[in-house]
Amino acid sequence: MRVPILKLHEYLLISIQVELDDKTALQFQEDLLSKIHDTSAKGIVIDLTSVDMVDSFIAKVLGDVVKMSNLMGARVVLTGIQPPVAITLIDLGINMRDVPTALDLEQGLDKLQQDLEG
Amino acid sequence: MAVQSCVDVRNEWDIVSARQLGRDLAKDLGFSSVDQARITTAISELARNIYLYAGNGRICVEPIEEGNRRGLRIIANDTGPGIQDIRKVMEDGYTTSGGLGAGLPGVKRLMDEFAIHSTVDVGTEIHITKWLR
Repeated sequence: MRVPILKLHEYLLISIQVELDDKTALQFQEDLLSKIHDTSAKGIVIDLTSVDMVDSFIAKVLGDVVKMSNLMGARVVLTGIQPPVAITLIDLGINMRDVPTALDLEQGLDKLQQDLEG
Repeated sequence: MAVQSCVDVRNEWDIVSARQLGRDLAKDLGFSSVDQARITTAISELARNIYLYAGNGRICVEPIEEGNRRGLRIIANDTGPGIQDIRKVMEDGYTTSGGLGAGLPGVKRLMDEFAIHSTVDVGTEIHITKWLR
């Protein structure tokens, strides 16, 4: 199982719609970094609207891919985190403080545009 | 009486099966979407602990009734190395895996009841319960 990554101008768009097992999550990490390399994308939106559960492992993979992308010079925004996911992450004691987030895809793209222009 | 269903945990895919099992039962019992996420996440953490530390074990879920309240119980057991110092693993931030799991304090916060029994060189059994509101 692979997570599809779409290119839109200088952005990459990802909507996670599969149940993330460990291998799929790590594969996605690698795929995204290669895609950034291949396309010279500047901004990435990872949309989590369809994700109903984020455990500590998935949170770590997502947090790491944000940092890795930053190292390559690209900005990442996580969007669409659902209320139950936000609640359980805080219950678990995971705060994704350094990870940029936005309510939805639209606001995520706005945020990236501001960051890249500003 | 309640029917227990179980998943053996030996590899990463079993973690997904275990949380699927919990999600389905939580949905059937009428838990809210937030509590479904809590239950699924707690199972995922316990299953990952089994996979990381014990190598193999088992996650079971069952509906429970006590007086006039109903809930869901999860039993995680393994025949791994056991836990030397339970007080220590119940401290926030304690890790032996370099932060791969949120740890047991996180699981405890997700649930209403939490009990752990562990014997070194024998294994660990954890019971966690969520009550329907």
